Amino acid sequence: MLRRFHHTQPDSFEFSEENLKWAREQIAKYPEGRQVSAIIPLLWRAQEQEGWLTKPATEYVADMLGMARIRAYEVATFYFMFQLQPVGSIAHIQVCGTTTCMICGAEDLISVCKERIATKPHQLSPCERFSWEEVECLGACANAPMIQIGKDYYEDLSRESFETLLDDLFANRKPIPGSRKGRFSSEPQTGVKCLAEYENGKAKFSPAVSLAQIEGDQ
Amino acid sequence: MSDLRKIIIDGIETEALGDMTLIQVCEQMGIEIPRFCYHERLSIAGNCRMCLVEIVGGPPKPAASCAMQVKDLRPGPEGAPPEIRTRSDMARQAREGVMEFLLINHPLDCPICDQGGECDLQDQAVAYGMDFSRYREAKRAVDDLDLGPLVETHMTRCISCTRCVRFTTEVAGINQMGQSGRGEDAEIISYLNQTLHSNMQGNIIDLCPVGALTSKPYAFTARSWELEKVESIDVMDALGSNIRVDSKGRRVMRILPRNHDGVNEEWISDKTRFVWDGLINQRLDRPFIRRDGKLVACSWDHALDEAVSLLKSEQVTSIAGDLASVEAVYALSQLTDSLQGKKECRVNNVDLPIGNRSGYVGISRIEDIDSAGRILMIGTNPGIEAPVLNARIRASWLAGGHVELVGEAVDLTYEYKHHGTDLLSLHKLAKNMEDVDLTDTLIILGQGALHESLDNSALGIAMNLADRGAGLLILHTAAGRVGAMDLGFTTEGGLDQALDGAGVVYNLGVDEIDIPSGPKVIYQGSHGDRGAHRADVILPAAAYTEEAGIFVNTEGRPQLASKATFPVGEAKENWAIIRALSGKLGMPLEYNSQIQLRLKLAEEFPHLMEIDMVRENELQPIETTQAGNTEFKNVINDFYLTNPIARASAVMAELSYLTRTRDGELNEAA
Repeated sequence: MLRRFHHTQPDSFEFSEENLKWAREQIAKYPEGRQVSAIIPLLWRAQEQEGWLTKPATEYVADMLGMARIRAYEVATFYFMFQLQPVGSIAHIQVCGTTTCMICGAEDLISVCKERIATKPHQLSPCERFSWEEVECLGACANAPMIQIGKDYYEDLSRESFETLLDDLFANRKPIPGSRKGRFSSEPQTGVKCLAEYENGKAKFSPAVSLAQIEGDQ
Repeated sequence: MSDLRKIIIDGIETEALGDMTLIQVCEQMGIEIPRFCYHERLSIAGNCRMCLVEIVGGPPKPAASCAMQVKDLRPGPEGAPPEIRTRSDMARQAREGVMEFLLINHPLDCPICDQGGECDLQDQAVAYGMDFSRYREAKRAVDDLDLGPLVETHMTRCISCTRCVRFTTEVAGINQMGQSGRGEDAEIISYLNQTLHSNMQGNIIDLCPVGALTSKPYAFTARSWELEKVESIDVMDALGSNIRVDSKGRRVMRILPRNHDGVNEEWISDKTRFVWDGLINQRLDRPFIRRDGKLVACSWDHALDEAVSLLKSEQVTSIAGDLASVEAVYALSQLTDSLQGKKECRVNNVDLPIGNRSGYVGISRIEDIDSAGRILMIGTNPGIEAPVLNARIRASWLAGGHVELVGEAVDLTYEYKHHGTDLLSLHKLAKNMEDVDLTDTLIILGQGALHESLDNSALGIAMNLADRGAGLLILHTAAGRVGAMDLGFTTEGGLDQALDGAGVVYNLGVDEIDIPSGPKVIYQGSHGDRGAHRADVILPAAAYTEEAGIFVNTEGRPQLASKATFPVGEAKENWAIIRALSGKLGMPLEYNSQIQLRLKLAEEFPHLMEIDMVRENELQPIETTQAGNTEFKNVINDFYLTNPIARASAVMAELSYLTRTRDGELNEAA
């Protein structure tokens, strides 16, 4: 996929006060003269702040690190995790399309995306609140097929449960991340076969899912 | 500490330094390793994978010899030296595989490609590739870039070796080129489609191993094998870059650099490379004389007779211009002497000390820049006075050297400490340096610090520092100046003194000044520039590619320029015109050929015939007389339009225009 700056760009970018403080901490991790090493975390934080990585943001980060803008551009175009075009304001849905998920029905999920969001990946839905793309393996093969929104995984999806998930999102309801088949984590669907003594008294949600429900958690 | 290690290559045991790469050791042994991305003068990228070799006992895969050092190799069993093979089945198959991959997306448009015939990919595909491809799918296509009027791009041909990116970043010092995307979508790009802002960009054409970057002015005009190739010397600046002039018939088709570690390494500036269209425009191709205020074409006999009658009747002053070869100046010098005339080569009000070679050449070599820990530049902008020299200073800076400047603050592509712009600042700096060890300091004194109004004070200070151990290099801007100074083509008191009372001025290619009204002017030169407009007699002469000649570069190195083509029209070689004139005057010079002239020259000035040798100059310090706050003003403002050939070139005019108009844009990007 050819990756370039989007044709329409905002005028400017600046880190929020909190992010700026965080960025300075990241830069300070590296020895004097090697500040450029902080490029990926800083670009990533800029993307989190804006939703996508804009040209002013890339240049802002490059200038902040005292590196040539072309070098920052090279990094931004190299990594697919950097979104170089606007994404949905509510959710950018990343559907895993690699082997396991594909076998377990990722193509159904993609066809739902095409029907309900946009016909092509990286395109905004008509309401501009959603977009989607197919990504490479996200490492949740035991819970295939799955999608990622932001930092949260929604696993064990089917066409129906994905539709329900989208309904929630379209209605501004917050869906709970995690398995859609009631699994705690990646244990067998038929129940645990070992370490069964720990089944009693365990939390309702896995740590990742419970953390995801805390407002404002980074 | 030497770290010599034994290593066996193709069954032959040899010794090599531990930090040499395998490709360098092979090179040393005369073993050819194919390569695309590796280049001696650039950083190592290791991304083309063409230089794969087999490491015996190593991992079961070939290794890139450009990126692996001798010390990285593990010894064999029982401490035997490590062994590599460059011609084994593994190495051969690996190269065939790489070649097949490289050709997957490379268009097979060699018949219409300017690189055809001198293409690394073509040559290496024949030498190391397979005779067919198994690839049957669609090839990729890539959008071309607009890099400006010099470099044409065909990016579909690009094999992503990134030599151009590394050159522009490391040597030229511009951060505009890069590689975006990844995998199949990797592309060489210029940031936001900017055109390149460098006067060294032409070198990426030579560096490109395929036809992705080609020369725009030369595009589709000739094939490399039909060109006549002549090794020569450049005269666009005083560096004396070694060049190869390629011509077809009577026309110069292109100019390429030659390697000379002591002078230009293997780079040349854009003016050197692309000035050749100036060699066919605005040429003086026949003699002219002025009749009733108008220049009228005439025969050589007529023009020479007219010149003779002028020279016989009046007091003569001869002036020699920036592009005059040693031979021409020597002949003119002897002619002027026999007429009891005055002569001057310092035509830009620069006060070079007469007879003091350490004062107008210096005592250091260009090579000394590489090892200098501290470089002090005074009144110069090497970025436009000698871009290739500037790249060398940049390399020294990148290697940890400190650069300081007294003079106009300019963009030199590297950081430097600015100490002010005038003589007073230099005085202060010299005072501060009183207790400093100066042995690894190199002073580069530009023409801006030698202006007449400075009365040699800046030179005096520099020489004082040189006396205490510093190196000194005088950076000239004219290719012919040092040679003319060596020949003593000067008058005490400079140009004004020389022109004082002159009835007739013999102008040998001086186009940068206005000769005051009054004297008659005989102009001998190649182009219809300012000098010819003021002339009463015009004697058309050869340009630098059309005659052999000796040029002494800024460090005092005499070099031989050769004749690549014949002079246009009726133009003659410079020394021959003067010789003919001397015969007509009845005081013939004692030589009838250039060889005879050079023999005479060797008798009188033996060091000028020590071709490619830099003579050590004994330092003869000059007293500093003045401590005023005179400003140092650089002598060149427009890099692209410094001499009549460049001013006749459409390409140079366009570059000059683009540079001037983009200054605003440049500030914004910076």
